[in-house]
Amino acid sequence: MNALMSRLRRPGLGGLLALSILLLLVFPALLDSFRLNLVGKYLSYAFVAVGLVVVWGWGGILSLGQGVFFGLGGYAMAMFLKLEASDPVSTKIQSTPGIPDFMDWNQLTALPLWWLPFKSLSLSLIAVLLVPTALAFLVSYAMFKRRVGGVYFAIITQAVALILTVLIIGQQGYTGGVNGITDLKTLLGWDIRSDSARLILYYVCALLLLAAIAAGLWVQHSKFGTLLLAMRDKEDRVRFSGYDVAMFKVAAFCMAAALAGIGGAMFTLQVGFMSPSFVGIVPSIEMVIFAAVGGRASLVGAVVGTLLVNAGKTLFSETFPDLWLFLMAALFIGVTMAFPDGLAGLVERRIKPAWAVGRARWQARRVAAAQAAQAAQAAQAAAVAVTSPGVPCTHETAAGTAVALPPQPIGGELPHGATA
Amino acid sequence: MSNTDFALAVEDLTVSFDGFKAIDALTLYIDRNELRVIIGPNGAGKTTLLDLICGKTKASGGSIKFKNEELTGLAEHTRVRKGIGRKFQTPSIYENLSVFKNLEVSHPTGRSVLGSLFFRCGEDVSTRVQAVAAEIGLADRLDTEAGLLSHGQKQWLEIGMLLMQEPELLMLDEPIAGMSARERELTAELLQRICKGRSVIVIEHDMAFVAQIAHKVTVMHQGRILAEGSMERVQNDPKVIDVYLGH
Repeated sequence: MNALMSRLRRPGLGGLLALSILLLLVFPALLDSFRLNLVGKYLSYAFVAVGLVVVWGWGGILSLGQGVFFGLGGYAMAMFLKLEASDPVSTKIQSTPGIPDFMDWNQLTALPLWWLPFKSLSLSLIAVLLVPTALAFLVSYAMFKRRVGGVYFAIITQAVALILTVLIIGQQGYTGGVNGITDLKTLLGWDIRSDSARLILYYVCALLLLAAIAAGLWVQHSKFGTLLLAMRDKEDRVRFSGYDVAMFKVAAFCMAAALAGIGGAMFTLQVGFMSPSFVGIVPSIEMVIFAAVGGRASLVGAVVGTLLVNAGKTLFSETFPDLWLFLMAALFIGVTMAFPDGLAGLVERRIKPAWAVGRARWQARRVAAAQAAQAAQAAQAAAVAVTSPGVPCTHETAAGTAVALPPQPIGGELPHGATA
Repeated sequence: MSNTDFALAVEDLTVSFDGFKAIDALTLYIDRNELRVIIGPNGAGKTTLLDLICGKTKASGGSIKFKNEELTGLAEHTRVRKGIGRKFQTPSIYENLSVFKNLEVSHPTGRSVLGSLFFRCGEDVSTRVQAVAAEIGLADRLDTEAGLLSHGQKQWLEIGMLLMQEPELLMLDEPIAGMSARERELTAELLQRICKGRSVIVIEHDMAFVAQIAHKVTVMHQGRILAEGSMERVQNDPKVIDVYLGH
């Protein structure tokens, strides 16, 4: 038990445990199927936010194009599901049965070659991870090897997001165009639209996300994580300590892209379609806001931020649809101005120290009370001993314990770096 | 270009920024186990020379050979891995990390992306950290956040971070700038200890300090070498007096 407690004290694990309870027990118990599916959708965005913590929060590399990788993962999944939904029997009214409906509408008469791998689930799942990672590698390798960084990198990621959106919309016959890939029904014959499937997919999504956070914590506590922070501060010092700084940035960016890809695939599975509206500039920036609100340096914080902002979005856009964009912009500006480290920073800086101080006070009071009680007891024992000198040994031990009571260090429980 | 026994052979090195030659056909040889001090007025090109050797600036022409191996054209981190350590003018340490972490991160194991992910601070690394910390006088500050150290201690920490890599050529840019008299003394002793088994290049302005540590002094002026030799010889050189010490 003590070993478990000390493990939980390791930074991050306590937060991970609390989040696990929230996602795996509290939400399924409290929310109906529709709301839970909605939370599942938010959690698929949270993968992107977790990736942004790695690349932006720790690495200091702002990417405004994470929607690209989310979209690529989502499209890879959607392409597989679409092919499964487009079997010759259910598409027999088309002029070319057996190909996705949008291809038929666009006068395509055969499945394009590059769609063929998506007939296989395993190849599609590999594509979910590999396609975003490969694109991230190409873009970031080209940029970071040339020492392009900061705002310029952010702008280039925006450009990539725009290019991909235009490409998807323009190539309607191959991608489904602006409507995206819709009418997804089954995964290997399993109806993903049923309530029970949605519940299972929610759990899969939540467990994958928790695994991603655990992996993120492992990365954070490795030398890699330390080097990311070091690079953000003193890039030249890291470079002149023998590290290939560009490759570290590329690796962080690829990690974020792979996570976004998984998120995209989980989105497709839970929502049942994928469209270019999740790829472009606006969703990419929204995802940055999720991470910023939750705390860009905290994995758990980013997930909480994603949930809160999306819950807010659902709530407000139902009542004031026109105001939501302004509200979100205000939220972003407000958070960056007032709490640059987001909610997680707020907890770390305000609530935890206050909690520690309160706890120390409470402990001090408890110790004082215990000491008073012990002293009273000792005095009583002494009084008893004086009246009956036949039993001298008992009062000595009583007095001894009262004296030997270890002084509790007040405030010694302050968490390390609480003031940092 | 000749083959030499020197640790570092800089020959005919030139770099120009928009036509201005910051380093102009400079030739410089550093022996093994030598502590060389480079002095010269502001703008003489001293820091630029170190930048060229460590790769921060690319040379326009000439050659830099380290243990007879051409360096120009190699990436910065490759040069570091060949054994060249560079300390910057302002202390360049990771302020948010502890002294221990600062030294640990500078250890040459786990330098690749995958290596760093699977790196674990083993017995050998932590022994080395302790040893280096003792060398730089920070053995009792290992858990201190580096940003809380005094200016002098930060300078020592950065030297310690370089020592972690056991470089064969150590380049220090004004290591005692901003230090108190006592800290200067300690630094001089430190430099005399660490120059055993490696070559050290120091850029410095403080003449008393230079006289204390230098094996040989090179005077630079306008991107060229003005004089070279022992401290006395250089101090009595009329050309040097004219441009540097005279006014």
